[in-house]
Amino acid sequence: MSAVSAEAVTAGAVRPGSEARPRSGGDAAAPLAPRAKLLPALAAVYRAQLSRARVARIPLLFVATFQSVGIMIMMRGVVDGGAEARAVVAGSSVLVVAFVALNLLAQYFGQLRASGGLDHYATLPVPPAAVVLGAAAAYASFTVPGTAVTAVVGSALFGLPMGHLWVLAAVVPLSGAALAGLGAALGLLAPRQELATLCGQLGMSAALLLGVLPAAHMPAPIAFARDLLPSTYGVEALARTFDARPDWAVVAADLGVCAAVGVISLAVATWAYRRAAVR
Amino acid sequence: MNEAVAAATVCTVRGLVKTYPAARGRRGAPGTAAVRASDGIDLEIRRGEIFGLLGPNGAGKSTLVRQLTGLLRPDEGGVELLGHDLVRHPERAARLVGYLGQESTALDELTVALAAETTGRLRGLSLRAAREERDAVLDELGLTPIAGRPLKKLSGGQRRLACFAATLVGDRPVLVLDEPTAGMDPVARRAVWAAVDRRRAERGATVLLVTHNVIEAETVLDRVAVLERGRIIACDTPAGLKELVGDEVRVELVWRAEAPLHVPEVAALRDAAQAAGRRWTLRLAPAEARAAVAAVTGGPAFAALDDFTLTTPSLEDVYLALGGRAEGAEGLVKA
Repeated sequence: MSAVSAEAVTAGAVRPGSEARPRSGGDAAAPLAPRAKLLPALAAVYRAQLSRARVARIPLLFVATFQSVGIMIMMRGVVDGGAEARAVVAGSSVLVVAFVALNLLAQYFGQLRASGGLDHYATLPVPPAAVVLGAAAAYASFTVPGTAVTAVVGSALFGLPMGHLWVLAAVVPLSGAALAGLGAALGLLAPRQELATLCGQLGMSAALLLGVLPAAHMPAPIAFARDLLPSTYGVEALARTFDARPDWAVVAADLGVCAAVGVISLAVATWAYRRAAVR
Repeated sequence: MNEAVAAATVCTVRGLVKTYPAARGRRGAPGTAAVRASDGIDLEIRRGEIFGLLGPNGAGKSTLVRQLTGLLRPDEGGVELLGHDLVRHPERAARLVGYLGQESTALDELTVALAAETTGRLRGLSLRAAREERDAVLDELGLTPIAGRPLKKLSGGQRRLACFAATLVGDRPVLVLDEPTAGMDPVARRAVWAAVDRRRAERGATVLLVTHNVIEAETVLDRVAVLERGRIIACDTPAGLKELVGDEVRVELVWRAEAPLHVPEVAALRDAAQAAGRRWTLRLAPAEARAAVAAVTGGPAFAALDDFTLTTPSLEDVYLALGGRAEGAEGLVKA
């Protein structure tokens, strides 16, 4: 037995301070190295993902912003002020979030899964939620500059008040959570990489058409589809704050829907990650 | 480390079976018939050894490794690693094993330094410990000058070395390396094997290595299991395996064009030879080999001869002698 315990000590080869639970797997099991804890692991994934922006994401972020600004300039000829102008500016701003958090994240996870890149995370003792939340948070962060630029340019273009634009500080993270969760879930659940890309693109197109076009003239089925899309509630929340005195309770309710969808979709994405990582 | 500890078993595999279902094409590839990628594998890996899995592409090496790292659940059989049942608790593998897979897509857009640091943090290290180990490992592998460059911008061999560095950050008692030196130049290869040896000598680390490089298998492995269609057809030290083919010598003849079959000595060799175009490969007893070489270099056959070599047997010959399917062992590389 002495040889066995000596083995457990040398076998572990783990540094002092690591977790020592030698008996969990039966007789003479070696101690397991510690797990990565949720928050430090999340921070590490977030930081790594954010650094990818420098290498790979900046052109796409530029495209996302340019697309939204272009749409607003186009709509300027059709819409003059009022509720419709608010819808256009709010819709174009949230479109940046949909482009990056939904579309690009779905593509990223789809590609990671298809190429076997998930193996890297699956062979590290990291909580699945840390990988999904870290990536989702990073993609939501990518949208901040584009959304802010779009909202400011749009407000100037349509002569809307900018006093309440601070609400973007809530709109971006909450609609970001909802759309990034959706994007991650689509990317991880799609049976093929191409389908993940397709779903991401379709989601973004839906956010574009249903978010930017004024809702008042939509036929009933399309208005219903609009209500089902989580980005709609981010758009509505932002549009309402262009009022001189916004109804903050309704704004909060809209953002609450985003938050709820965010929680659910991120939970689904975490489950999908677990499922995709171990086959 | 005493004898009992040194000989202890780190990993025991019993009756492992894994079948991939039929017609599941990936990445647009057409569907295929069901493949029994692990077909009743038994294996024991001892503490501190470098244990190799050798076989051509598609022999089931990676499938076996994925089951040993908790990435794939076997259909049948058991895997015990350092006393932990990995079939019942696959998630424990991540806390016992440092794994270097074949793909680097998760790290491709990170810098070398951040890839190593992030991997260390995800192995449960504190930020300070991860940075210290990152610096030490990058220094050890000679990666410090390119620490700030993204993996994507590196050559294949450098990228592989950077991934290997990430594998080493956050100590693990067992390292599982799937073709770690693929695409590397000799300097990088030496850095890899030196780092592996250091961990073995200083910390008693055990290494499971997947390779289809015969020369590398002969020089670095303590023991090797030869895989063929999901089965282990032999398992021994490289020297022990080579004894299986006895003192046979490999003779390779390359003809200028057609083999001169009108020469009786050449015609007599034909049945023993494996022909691939102008190249004939023969495994002969030393006396026979001498006679064959004398025949083709002396008489009228010499005019038709382009080149010939005489070599002692390699693991490739062992693989063929054991009934390896690949004609000329095209799945195994010698470079």
